[in-house]
Amino acid sequence: MSSETKQILTTDGIPLEVSLKKAEKKNKIKAFLLVAPLLLFLVITYIFPIGDMFMRSVDDRMVTNMLPKTFKAMEKWENLDELPPEEVYRGFYEDYKLLAENQQHGKLGQRLNKEKNGFNTITKKLFRQIKRKKIDESASLKEQINKLHKRWRDVEYWQAIKRTAPPYTASKYLKGMDMYFAADGSIAQVDEDRRIHRILWLRTLEIAFFVTLFCFFMGYPIAHLLATLPMKYSNLLMICVLLPFWTSLLVRTASWMILLQQQGIVNDFFVMIGLVADDNRPEMMYNKVGTYVAMTQILLPFMVLPLYSVMKTISPSLMRAGKSLGGTPFVAFWKVYFPLTIPGIGAGCLLVFILAIGYYITPALVGGASGTLISNQIAFHMKTTLDWSFASAMGLMLLTGVLVIYWIYNKLVGVDNIKLG
Amino acid sequence: MALPSYTETRYRIWHYIYIAICSFVFFFLIAPLFVIFPLSFNAEEFLVFSEGMKNLDPDAFSLRWYKDMIYGTKNPWGLAAKNSFIIAIFATIGSIILGTLAALGLSSRHMPYKGIIMATLISPMIVPLIISGVAIFFFMAKAGLAATHTGIVLAHIILGTPFVVITVTATLSGFDHSVTRAAASLGSNPVNTFMKITLPLILPGVISGGLFAFVTSFDEVVVVLFLAGLENTTIPVQMWTGLREQLSPTILAVATCLILLSTLILVSAELLRRRSERLRGINR
Repeated sequence: MSSETKQILTTDGIPLEVSLKKAEKKNKIKAFLLVAPLLLFLVITYIFPIGDMFMRSVDDRMVTNMLPKTFKAMEKWENLDELPPEEVYRGFYEDYKLLAENQQHGKLGQRLNKEKNGFNTITKKLFRQIKRKKIDESASLKEQINKLHKRWRDVEYWQAIKRTAPPYTASKYLKGMDMYFAADGSIAQVDEDRRIHRILWLRTLEIAFFVTLFCFFMGYPIAHLLATLPMKYSNLLMICVLLPFWTSLLVRTASWMILLQQQGIVNDFFVMIGLVADDNRPEMMYNKVGTYVAMTQILLPFMVLPLYSVMKTISPSLMRAGKSLGGTPFVAFWKVYFPLTIPGIGAGCLLVFILAIGYYITPALVGGASGTLISNQIAFHMKTTLDWSFASAMGLMLLTGVLVIYWIYNKLVGVDNIKLG
Repeated sequence: MALPSYTETRYRIWHYIYIAICSFVFFFLIAPLFVIFPLSFNAEEFLVFSEGMKNLDPDAFSLRWYKDMIYGTKNPWGLAAKNSFIIAIFATIGSIILGTLAALGLSSRHMPYKGIIMATLISPMIVPLIISGVAIFFFMAKAGLAATHTGIVLAHIILGTPFVVITVTATLSGFDHSVTRAAASLGSNPVNTFMKITLPLILPGVISGGLFAFVTSFDEVVVVLFLAGLENTTIPVQMWTGLREQLSPTILAVATCLILLSTLILVSAELLRRRSERLRGINR
């Protein structure tokens, strides 16, 4: 009785606590309903498809579905160093015959050929025999198939079939790092002269790193100048940063293509000041130089804007205080001003690095062969070779890298602190 | 940036070096844009300054590439421009509606799981475009929307909403919620309150987010390259093809028009930012 009297009631006689909780819950639902349309839209059109990319990158169910009886029979194949028992041959024969009837045998041959070279020939041979009805199903299939080609008598080929049994594989990810599953299932490196992907990953990191560095060294002074100049001047100079920021990426790339070409203005200038001979103009486009120069100019605003917004909040009296306490301008800058700008440096560098690591358009246009990045390789596999699962695998490897950086960014700066202009 | 008279010589020198570095960087940023202007009026087919242009000979300048851009029979710029504007306008409207609603929800202090939802909503801005392109292509291909305007508009809404969410959330962070409570206590329903009170106050943020979404869509090429068929070509796709195959002065004429457009957008964005700061009572 005593506890009830202490409870505060609202006018309708409901305890205040309950009533408040109810209102709180209602507000939560209201807020969530406002976010729901966009969240749902993004989950369906964007987050799920990224999951779909993952499924495609590990999916290896094609062979699993094509050879169900073979793999069932292989469970009884115990000594893997010897040829499999008769049941495995029978299972494979029946699966293959079904595929041949449905015109699917070619796909299997190609897929197995990727696993071990030489499969295409021997599966085609088997196909011809089946078509001519030369195989006697009542006799031992092991003997008949073994007689077709010597490779059928080689246990390595049967081991290769067994390796394709699991419905999922990480082989595309290994391929992205220039590795593969060797015959005994261990991970091996491809030959040194064929390691193209590792070069691309390293080059992507290298270019992203140096572009970030260049942007930092060019962006820091001008952000400082913009933040310390009186408003009427800084507003005018801000246009120099904002106009490129708002201008189409392709327009800016086009202007660099004009500037850097062999008869272009930059080369003209070098000839004029006598740096290079007129008949020996250096190639500045279609190589790394072009990629560095164009990407630095294009990404510079993304460095300047976060730096500027942080520097704007630093009171100039701090530097004066540092100097009045006996520090030289350099010491005052290094001990007082610089540490205060670190959040801006972190934001700018990570933003530029994330953008640079996924760059595609500019390297493709001004980069030439030595300036292409991992994104170009992904696009190549999406459009030209149509190896979508490999493109997905490489995309996800890149995405993992970016998400790690994004996570660090979030820890250091917070995503909701991103400022635009 | 005048130096006080007591500055020592070495700091004076250092100061001038600093000014020189800054001038160089500003020049590096802005000069490439101005190369395009004169060359787009070149009377010849080459992308270098001819002798006539260097001597300012009026005959060396002409409008032929602009004429070619508009009337050229083989040029797809007309179709591309039409597509670009249609796609960008619809993508902007979609981004504004979805993004503003989400920002209103996210700014409420009752919003559960704020951090992770914000991270999800902003992810299209952080994920490299090539990956977004692949993922969106897989979805559109399954949904039967590849090579349609609808598909490209939806893709650009995905890429544009993060900007609207960020700018509107920023505007709402300085928003005085007592004005909506005042409206409610005076008998206004939530929709009316939003239209009459909240929207006018956050409008600068909404429009500047919309401008970002518009530019993102108008300038986007990676995703469109995956999605577009011949009929959905846009200005950036045409420029991409043109730059890869052969750099013709017509592209420079188009580029000049695009720079003028971006100047226009820059000016409106800047005016909006100032208006927004005035409305929110931030004085600098």
